[in-house]
Order: sequence, then C-alpha cells, then structure tokens
Amino acid sequence: MDMNLKLKIWRQTNNKSEGHFEMYDVVANEHMSFLEMLDVLNEDLVNQRKQPVAFEHDCREGICGTCSLTINGQPHGPNAGTTACQLHMRFFKDGETITIEPFRAGAFPVVKDLVVDRSALDRVVQAGGFISVNAGQAQDGNAIPIEKERASQSFESAACIGCGACVAACPNGSAMLFTSAKVRHLGLLPQGEVEEEQRVQNMVAQMDKEGFGMCSNIGACEAECPKEIQLYNIAYMNRAYFKAVFSGEE
Amino acid sequence: MNWFIKFLSSSIGRKLIMSLTGLFLILFLTVHLIGNLQLFKDDGGQAFNVYAHFMTSNPLIKFIAYGNYFFILLHAFMGIYIASYNRKAKGQQPAVTNPNVRITWASKNMPILGGLILAFLLMHMGDFWLKMKLGNVNMVSYAGIEGEVKNLYERVAISFKELWVVIVYLVGLVALAFHLNHGFQSAFQTLGINHRKYTPLIKKLGLLYSLIVPIGFALMPIYYYFFR
Repeated sequence: MDMNLKLKIWRQTNNKSEGHFEMYDVVANEHMSFLEMLDVLNEDLVNQRKQPVAFEHDCREGICGTCSLTINGQPHGPNAGTTACQLHMRFFKDGETITIEPFRAGAFPVVKDLVVDRSALDRVVQAGGFISVNAGQAQDGNAIPIEKERASQSFESAACIGCGACVAACPNGSAMLFTSAKVRHLGLLPQGEVEEEQRVQNMVAQMDKEGFGMCSNIGACEAECPKEIQLYNIAYMNRAYFKAVFSGEE
Repeated sequence: MNWFIKFLSSSIGRKLIMSLTGLFLILFLTVHLIGNLQLFKDDGGQAFNVYAHFMTSNPLIKFIAYGNYFFILLHAFMGIYIASYNRKAKGQQPAVTNPNVRITWASKNMPILGGLILAFLLMHMGDFWLKMKLGNVNMVSYAGIEGEVKNLYERVAISFKELWVVIVYLVGLVALAFHLNHGFQSAFQTLGINHRKYTPLIKKLGLLYSLIVPIGFALMPIYYYFFR
C-alpha cells in the first residue's frame, strides 16, 4: 500500500552553519525500510535538481551501527531493539508527519544534514577497548574453554554496535552505556580480564575528555539501544572503576 | 595530580559523591521523621521540646548535624555543577521530546526537583532553625527536667496555622517524593549495585520510602492546620 507522508527534516550545510527544518512530501510503500523511504525522497530531490538529504547508512541489516537518525524524538525511531534501517514504514500511519533529526549530543557535531561525527566513540575505544596481546585467529578463541553462561554474558555486551543511540537518547549526552558495554564485554573474558584496571581507567578518562555528560541513571539509553544493552553494564563499569582506583596494582 | 583528587573529578567520582551524600540524606530524613513523630503526641509539646533540646545540645549529634549541613550543601552544589555540565554536554536539544514511556519524568527533572527542595529547605531552616539559633523562641520548663528548654513546639504550632506555610510544605514534599523515587534506586546503581537478586527489591523499597517519608512529613502541617 502506498503511503503519503510529510517529512520535517533537519538541513544543515556544515558544522559552521546554522541548521533548520524543511518540509518534504514523499510517497512511500509500507514494505520499505525507513532508509529506503529516504532513498525515494532523495531520488525525487535529485530529479528536481535539488540537494539530496545527507544521511549515513551502510549494511542496512541492523548490524553495522552506521544509521543515526532521530525519528520523532527517538534515536532509531519508535520500535524497541531496532535500528533505523530495520524500521519499516508499516509502523507509521498514512498522512503522518515524521520529524527527522540527527543524533543530538555536544560530542557529536553535525557534519551535514543528518550526518554527525561520532569519532569521539572511536577514540574512547582506542583508549582501551582492545586486548594488547595477539589473541590469534578465530579458531584460537576456542583454545581457552569459557563457561557458556560467562560467554553469553560477555556476548550480551559485545552486541553493542557503537551507533551512539545511547548518547543521543541521553538528556545528559552521556556515553556511559557505550563505554560500559565495551568494558564489560572484554572484562568478562579471560583474554580481556588481565587488562581491565588500565582499560576502565583509560576509557573513562577519554570519555570525560571528549566532553560526554555524566550519567544520572535516567535509563533513556537502555530504552533506546537497538541492541538492548542494559543499565547493569554501567553498574559493572562503576564497580570495575572503583576497584581499579582504590585497590588497583598501578 | 593526586590519585584521589583525580578520581573525585572524574565523571564516576562526581556521581559517587552524589550517591553517597544522597544516601546519607536518606538516612537523615528517616531519623528526622521518626523524631518529629513526637509532634503528634498530645502532651503540650513536652516530648518534642525535650527531644529538640537533646538533639541541639548533645556533642555527638551536633557533630553529625554539621556533617549533615555540609552534605546537603555538597549534594546541592555538586548537583548544580553536574546539571549545568550535562546541559552543555547535550548541546542542542532534540526538537521533539522523546515519547518513550520508559523514561520517567522524575529521572529527567532531578535538577529542577532538587532546586525546589533547596528553596523549600531555605524557608524551612529560616522558619525553625534560624529562629531557634537566634533565640527567637520562648523558653519553657518541665517538671523533672533541669533548667529551661526552648519551646520549639510552640513555634511549629504557630507556623503550621498559616495556610501559605502549609502549602509551601506540601509542594516541597511532593518535589521530595519524586526526587527520592528516582534518587533512592539511582544511588545504588551509581555504587555499582545492580543485580537481578537485589535491584527489584531496591526499586520497591525506593518507591515505598519515597511515599512513606514525604507523606509522614506532610501529615504534620495538615494535622496542625486542621486539628490543633
């Protein structure tokens, strides 16, 4: 079924310029994904010799963490545990006005239109979100037996795709959920556990340096995370941080 | 930089200050409520006045009281700092408010609720604490008690006969209820205590506490305004 939609989209030329909303009409199909609907709009705009709307996308199967749209006030839109690329138009009503903004956070400057610079998250990972020794190839991962429960707990946190929806959802612009998911993911495994003290201190220091806000346990991050990373990750990171600061070897 | 100063100026360190001072204030509120239940005693204020005299003259309690004032100020100023820092960290607000029902109103408005509570506290301290310290209350003596004690009970009874005072108290206590409802469980989360065994219990306790304590306090001005 075809749907007539009104789109209120944030347009901004670059980081220096002021942005504003513009209204567009688009005819979409209920089976389209949200990004495919934007493709249709952009095709129309190109045919009219207008600037297409810049938005980020890559895998379009909900795994890469590239799409970064705030749809009607919600990062990745209204559905729980869903990225914008996996959000289908059947969840919207015919004739509806949809407001589309970039991910909003001080640490995510707008590059153009709906594209934001999320490299602050990369720098947080570079500060400690890794294992320093060579952990080998995929099959070497099985060389150290790890209890199934433990592996699953670690995997829950490893499911984070680093999209930054938690930061965008947070009224404080905090990156605690993202950082804590990385800390817990590595800290629960024997390969990562040995470096946890330095990791958690370095990652928190970098997170603060990037200008992310301070967590006040609102839970908006958890509510909006497309991979449903939970708040107990943050509690885990706090515990690891206290342990590292107060009883760490260094 | 000294490791401890560095820790306290990190985001997690600052949150720990909020959590620990918050938990201390929760403990204080409990003691404050239990002690003040003596206002409901129909003895012309003797029990309450003797209790108030003890609380203001015992050296150990005086020491804890100064700690309490310090923690209130620390909680307030750190809260103001964090709120203003976070405002800047968020940058531009989204044009549409997030409609997700999992985001509670209280959790998003802790700074506003805290500000209301602080304004209420200034009025509350000015009305009772300051007047008592400046000696603006009458003295009273009781049989079996050595010397005279300040008649704080009389001061309370006068204040709670004013309608505007009662309204200010009720508004302050509603703000306190919402602030506690988020703050109670939030303090434990910041400490790293989030566990499937304990968190549901902590949240239930927090809800109970955030209802019982403000209602208990609210009954005092209501009782004095209508029934005394």
